[in-house]
Amino acid sequence: MGATFGRGFTREIRTMDNFIVNLSIFVLACFVGYEIITKIPPLLHTPLMSGSNAISGITLVGSLVAAGSGFVALLSREGAISVLGFLAVLFATINVVGGFLVTDRMLGMFKKKD
Amino acid sequence: MKDFLLNIDRSYLTLAYLLAAVLFIFGLKGLCRPKTAVRGNLLNALGMLIAVLATVPLMYREGHGPTADPNISPLSTIGLVVAAVLIGSVIGAFCALKIRMTAMPQMVALLNGFGGGASVLVAGAEQLANGKAADFDVAVAIFASGLIGAVTFWGSLVAFAKLEEYKAFKKPFFYPGLKTINALLGLAAVALLIYGITHPGETGAYWGLVALASVLGLTLVNPIGGADMPVVIALLNSYSGLAAASTGFVLGNSVLIIAGALVGASGVILTQIMCKAMNRSMTNVLFGTMGPSAGSASADDVYAGKVKATTADEVAMMLDGARRVVVVPGYGMAVAQAQHAVSELAQYLESKGVEVDFAIHPVAGRMPGHMNVLLAEAEVPYDKLKEMDEVNPTFSQTDVAIVIGANDVVNPVARTDPHSPIAGMPILDVDKARTVVVVKRSLSPGFAGIPNPLFAADNTLMYFSDGKKAILDLLAALKEQ
Repeated sequence: MGATFGRGFTREIRTMDNFIVNLSIFVLACFVGYEIITKIPPLLHTPLMSGSNAISGITLVGSLVAAGSGFVALLSREGAISVLGFLAVLFATINVVGGFLVTDRMLGMFKKKD
Repeated sequence: MKDFLLNIDRSYLTLAYLLAAVLFIFGLKGLCRPKTAVRGNLLNALGMLIAVLATVPLMYREGHGPTADPNISPLSTIGLVVAAVLIGSVIGAFCALKIRMTAMPQMVALLNGFGGGASVLVAGAEQLANGKAADFDVAVAIFASGLIGAVTFWGSLVAFAKLEEYKAFKKPFFYPGLKTINALLGLAAVALLIYGITHPGETGAYWGLVALASVLGLTLVNPIGGADMPVVIALLNSYSGLAAASTGFVLGNSVLIIAGALVGASGVILTQIMCKAMNRSMTNVLFGTMGPSAGSASADDVYAGKVKATTADEVAMMLDGARRVVVVPGYGMAVAQAQHAVSELAQYLESKGVEVDFAIHPVAGRMPGHMNVLLAEAEVPYDKLKEMDEVNPTFSQTDVAIVIGANDVVNPVARTDPHSPIAGMPILDVDKARTVVVVKRSLSPGFAGIPNPLFAADNTLMYFSDGKKAILDLLAALKEQ
């Protein structure tokens, strides 16, 4: 892809295309989210909050990808980096695991009259 | 194993991310009905597991890339991550299994804070490791995560402190020029954000931004009162969704974008519902102040000589002849831990042939749906928990309405006085019931700080007592009859 000539140009186009693809995904996902979440009854709004809170822990994945090479540097270059990275994964896991488990615990309590 | 991790095609990983996103959508759809909700939550968790596992080969491959340090084994890095995941899982599981249901709002605030803190830390690690070589898009991700993450972290911690009712945070805290200072802080943060993105090597700029955003998180949330915390938590929740989505944009990662959009939508919708249920705009909740307006009646005018106190025996006699009873719980029920006693009372009345329903106002409690979770814990069947619109028309056919720990959400002033701070707020029409019994410790006002004419109404009896004790005494009196 234009390695020598106009590399920046093709890169710019690619970036724009990517951006528009991503924007489409985002907008469509917002519609899906709106349609589904307005149908969730107030009865279950607390589990919805704790459950969606756990989903937002997906940033962990993003962080791991973005910081892929940074994570490899964890063990070597500077102790500070490994401490930060370790704590980041720790925090994110508390968010995800705690969120899903507490949601499960709450939902298990909702019972119909028998 | 090593070869597999190195050679696995990137498109398979992308497909795994897509699968995770689909699971999130199905999982949230499952939350639409109590019957399917447990499975829905499991699907969400499965989606998360798949997304995390799909990330492992990516990390491993980065470890073999040209930028990797040849002296370190990438497996040891993965080992470190696994250790963090294990410890985090134990802590998360411990909190989730130990927490009391009355403390659920605090728990959600705290978990949200952990999510924000993770963003700050990971972006900080990336900045230290690769900041100088960072591309424009990575720099945007780093600095945006730092800003949103720090605001979320400190904002959530303040929300937690307010919900736990720590003394220092109990009262909304104001000082002159608060709004101006916040605006200046916000502007400074944006300026630093732009500087950081254009000078990606400046680690000092990153931590400066984090420090500014931390102060901003504190000063933004601190002036907001405890009863408005549900809105704040919902909003912070949507922030963390938007943070995920924006990271997804930078990385071109679809699962981040989709999950972020779903969480963002959930937070925004819940925020809207809460604001509508209080008839206030989001700006008013976040930046406005609430208090008695000049024109509203004083407590003495409203209550003097008109309040009738009652006893357990009197209420028990009244309930004896009742056919339909509606219980209206509020935050006070959670504070008094009275949900089990209330559930027992309802079961007893039903065994005597009385029809019992629970009327749940959208903003009752300290987070959306808080009362439902408490009553479900106390084994009240969920089909007895009625929403406001469903239950309001039935109050005129209700013999006794028992209000326990609710105040502003049953204040008829919302319908009658257009100058009241709660004017226009949709309320539960308990005053239309034949008799209203209000369980309350004193005549102290609710969050809106205004007297409640319901307490002085002809058909209202005040049952002054602690919530739990009141219901237990009432139950004893009923059983003695």
